[in-house]
Amino acid sequence: MFNLFLLQLLNGAQFGILLFLVAAGLTLVFGIMDFINLAHGVLYMVGAYLMATFAGMTGSYWFGLALALPATLVFGLVLEFLVFRRLYDRSHLDQVLATFGLILMLSEGVKILWGSAPLNVDMPALLSGSVPLAGPLQYPVYRIAVIAAGLASAVGLWALINHTRAGMLLRAGASNRPMVAALGVDISRLFMLVFAGGAMLAGFAGAIVAPILSVDPGMGESILILTFVVIVIGGVGSIRGAFLAAILVGVVDTVGRTFGPIWLRMVMDPAAASQTGRMVAPMLVYLLMAAVLFWSPTGLFGRKGAK
Amino acid sequence: MSTPATRTLAPRLSAALAIFVVMAAVPPLALALDDPFLMVIASRMLVFAIAALSLDLILGYGAMVSFGHAAYLGIGAYAVALGARWGVTDLLAQILLGMGMSAAFATVTGAISLRTRGVYFIMITLAFAQMAYFFFVAQSSLGGDDGVALQARSTLLGLPLEGDQTLYYTILGALVAIYAGLYRLTLSRFGRVLKGTRENALRMQAIGYRPFRYQLVAYVIAACLCSVAGVLLANLTEYVSPAYMSWHRSGELIVMLVFGGIGTLTGAVAGALVAVGLEELLAVFSEHWRLGFGLILVLVVLFSPDGLTGLMRRLGLRAPGLRNDGEGRGDD
Repeated sequence: MFNLFLLQLLNGAQFGILLFLVAAGLTLVFGIMDFINLAHGVLYMVGAYLMATFAGMTGSYWFGLALALPATLVFGLVLEFLVFRRLYDRSHLDQVLATFGLILMLSEGVKILWGSAPLNVDMPALLSGSVPLAGPLQYPVYRIAVIAAGLASAVGLWALINHTRAGMLLRAGASNRPMVAALGVDISRLFMLVFAGGAMLAGFAGAIVAPILSVDPGMGESILILTFVVIVIGGVGSIRGAFLAAILVGVVDTVGRTFGPIWLRMVMDPAAASQTGRMVAPMLVYLLMAAVLFWSPTGLFGRKGAK
Repeated sequence: MSTPATRTLAPRLSAALAIFVVMAAVPPLALALDDPFLMVIASRMLVFAIAALSLDLILGYGAMVSFGHAAYLGIGAYAVALGARWGVTDLLAQILLGMGMSAAFATVTGAISLRTRGVYFIMITLAFAQMAYFFFVAQSSLGGDDGVALQARSTLLGLPLEGDQTLYYTILGALVAIYAGLYRLTLSRFGRVLKGTRENALRMQAIGYRPFRYQLVAYVIAACLCSVAGVLLANLTEYVSPAYMSWHRSGELIVMLVFGGIGTLTGAVAGALVAVGLEELLAVFSEHWRLGFGLILVLVVLFSPDGLTGLMRRLGLRAPGLRNDGEGRGDD
């Protein structure tokens, strides 16, 4: 039982890391530009599809990853140039509509280009196999590598934001945009960089998850909504909040799905427990979100009075 | 005080009347053209007009951008499935059941969501709607993900809603009644407080109102009215599934509203007709109609915001004091 718990905990952490990679770019875009981008999940999906294509073309996971990352970055920049930069000054309603339209277009475009059937990406030989973990328990190396890559990105992001000039401007832009612009900083270029960085992180998450999950046209949307939950819990604009909330949501969701029915069986008969468990488990993260909001309407690390 | 408002609203009212009259003429036309599909499309248009109308109350008049409104469409639809299971086949009873369930869900989630503003509100309403979605996906007794087919349509006052015409005119009747009700409501004191809160919540507080209460009541009313559309939609398709409350549907409801113009009621009705019509039209050309629909949506938002009546109000919102239309003055 303990082994199963440990296993689910690790799976949850790995899922949380992925959520963080997608949420990091999105929370910065929300926080700094006050821009609601529903199409962020599409970048995660596009990253996975480009990975599948390039890995298939070159026959190598690593070449695929090396090509997919810049390609997602370019894709994000093109979207920013064509659509998003015209939306920064618009109302939230316009932003919701335009990015919703983009989701419809891009999801359908992916279906036309790659078909609706799920694609698979082969795991690199270096990272396949498992390592022993606490007694008889084995854990796949690839999932550990995903956790490590995500943690490295998180540390890199933290260093970038707290210890570089670009990060300083970014923090300044988040707290007072007009003032930073008045000091002579090219704020629209800063926005573009934030957006491109966020796009690449989301694409990275999609690319590294491709060998574990199947790559399908719905993957962007399912992660987008959980990403929203993460951002709401963590507080808009807070990278630290996004990290903690992402791990929390990942663990609660994964552990809840496995252990919900098991724990419920202790207090009710098995049939009712599995029915209730199946009903409650997918709702757990939303209940968590509601609880956090009830306690603090701007999330765990949200700015007081933030819009 | 209501005289200037009534005068400015009169053209809208007559436009809505014209739409209702044209829609009432559809069944004989479909019969004459021998085109039953026309009836199906027109029925869908009317059902979604009800849903869009209910969203207009909170989005247009209350400036609450809910991205989870389709949840109530789904709850209404499930009220029909549950009612049929429990032996309640009367349409009005099912509407009451749907309203009850919606009111309960909307009161709890609305009270939590309304603690927040801006992008938070959008994301939270979306998340709560997803929660409702997963709740119904997990109900294996109601078909889970696949949904459940209804044995028969509901009855209305003991008479079965058989025949597409009967159902069509029932839907049209519901639409007209809800339009009239919302029209009265938005002109009432309640509606004026709601509009005042939209313009400036702080000032409303300063003159002694609690915006939260009014917003929550509006949120619950909108949810209840949307569930009526859900009950009718389930009767129309004779099928209920969680897909009715998918977040795509919530997005489409907002699209309808913005196509027609927010905060006018008539715009919601017109927008629903245009959006459903556009979907059906594009679907004729290609199974990949979403590509075209999305493109049109992006282009409309980017390049033709002036065509949307909503933009004027939002500009007014951004610079209060610079622009003060007659209606706004009437409220002060």
